[in-house]
Amino acid sequence: MLTTGAILLVAFGYMGLLFAIAHLADRRAAQGRSIISNPYIYALSLAVYCTAWTFYGSVGRAAAGGLDFLPTYIGPTLLCALGWGVLRKIVRISKVHRITSISDFIASRYGKSGTLGSMVAIIAVLGIIPYIALQLKAVSMSFNIINHYPLIVMPRYFVDIPVFEDTAFYVAVLLALFAILFGTRHLDATERHEGVVAAIAFESIVKLLAFLCVGVMVTYGMFQGFGDLFAKASALPRLQELFVWDIRTGRYFAWLLEILLSMMVLVCLPRQFQVIVVENVNEDHLQKAMWLFPLYLLAINVFVLPIAFGGSLYFTAGVDADTFVLTLPMAMRHEGLALLVFIGGMSAATGMVIMATVALSTMICNDLVMPVLLRLPFTRSARHGDLSRTVLNIRRGSIALVLFSAYAYFHFIGEAYALVSIGLISFVAVAQFAPAMLGGIFWKHGTCTGAISGLAAGFAVWGYTLVLPSLAEAGLIDEAPITRGLFGLAALKPFPLFGLEGLDPIAHAVFWSLLVNAGLYAGVSLFSRQSALEHTQAALFVDVFTYPAKPEDSSIWRGTAFVTDLRSLLERFLGTQRTTEALNAFADKRKIRWGPLSTANPALVTYAETLLAGAIGSASARVMVASVVKEEPLGLGEVMNILDETRQVIAYSRELERAHAELKSANQRLQELDRLKDEFISTVTHELRTPLTAVRSIAEILHANPRLPQDQHRNLTALVVKESERLTRLVNQVLDFQKMETGKMEWQMLPVDLREICREALASVRQLLDEKRIQANLDVPDHAPPVFGDRDRLMQVMINLLSNAVKFCRDTGGRIDVRLHVRPSHLEVAVADNGVGIRAEDLEVIFEEFRQSRHAALGRPAGSGLGLAITRRIVEFHGGRIWAESRTDIGSTFTLTLPFTAPPSESGVE
Amino acid sequence: MTPDRLKNRRLAGVFLLGWVLFNYPVLSLFNRPIALLGIPLLYAYVFGVWALIIALIMLGARFNRRPPGQGR
Repeated sequence: MLTTGAILLVAFGYMGLLFAIAHLADRRAAQGRSIISNPYIYALSLAVYCTAWTFYGSVGRAAAGGLDFLPTYIGPTLLCALGWGVLRKIVRISKVHRITSISDFIASRYGKSGTLGSMVAIIAVLGIIPYIALQLKAVSMSFNIINHYPLIVMPRYFVDIPVFEDTAFYVAVLLALFAILFGTRHLDATERHEGVVAAIAFESIVKLLAFLCVGVMVTYGMFQGFGDLFAKASALPRLQELFVWDIRTGRYFAWLLEILLSMMVLVCLPRQFQVIVVENVNEDHLQKAMWLFPLYLLAINVFVLPIAFGGSLYFTAGVDADTFVLTLPMAMRHEGLALLVFIGGMSAATGMVIMATVALSTMICNDLVMPVLLRLPFTRSARHGDLSRTVLNIRRGSIALVLFSAYAYFHFIGEAYALVSIGLISFVAVAQFAPAMLGGIFWKHGTCTGAISGLAAGFAVWGYTLVLPSLAEAGLIDEAPITRGLFGLAALKPFPLFGLEGLDPIAHAVFWSLLVNAGLYAGVSLFSRQSALEHTQAALFVDVFTYPAKPEDSSIWRGTAFVTDLRSLLERFLGTQRTTEALNAFADKRKIRWGPLSTANPALVTYAETLLAGAIGSASARVMVASVVKEEPLGLGEVMNILDETRQVIAYSRELERAHAELKSANQRLQELDRLKDEFISTVTHELRTPLTAVRSIAEILHANPRLPQDQHRNLTALVVKESERLTRLVNQVLDFQKMETGKMEWQMLPVDLREICREALASVRQLLDEKRIQANLDVPDHAPPVFGDRDRLMQVMINLLSNAVKFCRDTGGRIDVRLHVRPSHLEVAVADNGVGIRAEDLEVIFEEFRQSRHAALGRPAGSGLGLAITRRIVEFHGGRIWAESRTDIGSTFTLTLPFTAPPSESGVE
Repeated sequence: MTPDRLKNRRLAGVFLLGWVLFNYPVLSLFNRPIALLGIPLLYAYVFGVWALIIALIMLGARFNRRPPGQGR
């Protein structure tokens, strides 16, 4: 079954399937029925992270070093935990500014610097081409191995294959074709490629499936599960020593550095940036992808160790661990599975190659070719019509160039490297972007000079500590500086640099390059100044969530430009139709109509620049827009003002909302108070009228009947006296209350014995008690500490409470208990009656002025309604508390507390 | 505190937990030649923590879902 023809048929059939999927997805996208717009496809497309290096290389690394392969996957998992903070911010920034590549991102942040953009693009290309070569190598290697079936022959025994007989060459050609067809279909301001993403997501399913099948076959087919496999492995000392690490702290530090490294590359790898940021359809998809993607990584790694140990146990010698995934099914004579693995490995390789070439081509075009092209006179002149075709052709050329270089690298140089080391060397190269990138979105003071110095130095250290030694190893350069150090100085040996021992070459390079990079970035930034544009961009990036979602709403630009000039500029890159659509959308939203000589407002200029940035990168877009507008330079101060204004507008509107809500509640409170005042007046007048009416009617009786009997006359005059006393009391209460309310009450604060007050208060209401035949009990301790207070007012409180109790006591068999307790910090006085009680809903309100308990039996309130309000104010002035408890038909208890010798509080009266 | 900021803090907590559990010195506690259900302790521990972190991210990301399509 596994003849060369069959394998080739399946391989190229699979490639054909990819073309079909991409075509379908592109057609659906054109119809507006996107198939990739969901978090699952998004998460699967992120799995382009797992390349052939994962598929074949992880097992090789695990067979040699146990868990050493894992930091590469743990790092992304941990970064996903920060996804909502870090990734979402990058996605938002890129959407707002229409950023389409990592070089554009960094260039745009540091003042749309063309220099920085080109640097990033060059580093990315140099770092990634060997990585692409590695994928091609994996395809070539796996094809040759499966082609020897049923023999198992290692790649190192292959004779050099001529280019035109090498499968990898044709795969490379097909991949270039794929990337050109689906990656450069049109020049779009968003640069999203639905077809490519759909194909990548499909490939992620295939490679996971293939790997899991091999894992299950090894673990459950060749062995009886994990336990059996590890038990057998532990019998071999060579394998058993992989179960634990030997205790060297360097090992742990290298592990930490590799986790850190892989965290950084998850956003810094051009292809990851492309799938996470550029191809993102909806920010909310991140929410699910944040755990789906790590779950994918976990799934594809579960069987790595079993396959590594299974292979090491099965093949005694002569088979590279890098090939176990493929050679184990071959050795077991599972032809179908071997073919599936071959396809799985191919999907891992091709997915990475496609995404990486598309991402790199954008960078090469926008940040390396366009800046040069736009400086040439013939492209600058508007006469040179439509440039969009030129841009697309540059991209197509770049794709072909990248793949050709990668193939050449693999074919002529790459043989000298092991699979794994190339991948990690690339990782370290792109990790150099991390300080400028992460610093750029969280730290406003990072400057362009700082970013350039850090990047250059980090890249240099990378080249010196990692690339140079491996080039020397491959015999391409003189070994002298490597073994003896630069200028013969041992401290300057690339490895270990400055004698830093105990780390493996990768961890060693990560440490030095990132230390130098981050150190210079921060240090130089602190000692250099930002230009006005840099300052603007820094603020827009760092505070992206506080600015309007569209950059034209916070335009920082002043100058004059004609709408027609901008239009023709856009048409050159986006085509007439797209330009008209975009400009009409802008005009409709703002309700503007342009005449032939209309000048563009700053918002339109920014809008045009952002549109262009999506197509040719921010640095080039800036150059192009600057060529048609007359710009007046803005000072740093003005930029700050404009920025602050836009932000303040948002802040103000929030503040207004808050103020509005406050006003509303204040208004409600005022209305409530107003209502209470009305009630107050009506109750007071009502209360005043009752005794007044009584006095007046008695006076009328006396006037009309001058000859009343003596005793009747006396009774009536006594009533007059009583009613006028009541009148006086009421007026006094109102006056007291008023004084307390306005804080004009005078207090004479002295130490007071509360026991004495209780006794005297009882004595003064004795007459009332006797009239209603109420039994009163006083329960006071022998000793009670004094409280600090106004004696007369406290007396008033007690009399109030007692007369209240009398009023509500039962008519027959009434009983009042007055108890005084000494508590740790205060005295507590309780006055309990056995009356009808107070309804639960009234317990709180009875202390408010003119709120009385209206119980059904009496119909109308008994009392002025001010007594308890005054009582509460007095108690609170003394720093105490008063409350009531009640049970219907059993009685009410009023309890008040007074702290010992509490000094009078300043704000005691509200 | 806005739901987004709360979510950010929760997930940052998950990150810190993962960072501590995956690194020296906690990691060294499990670097012993013992087997757990037949699986070497170190492997079981690392994969177990990994699964735990993923579960926690899932929980953290699910809280306070905001209506889709909202700008901020």
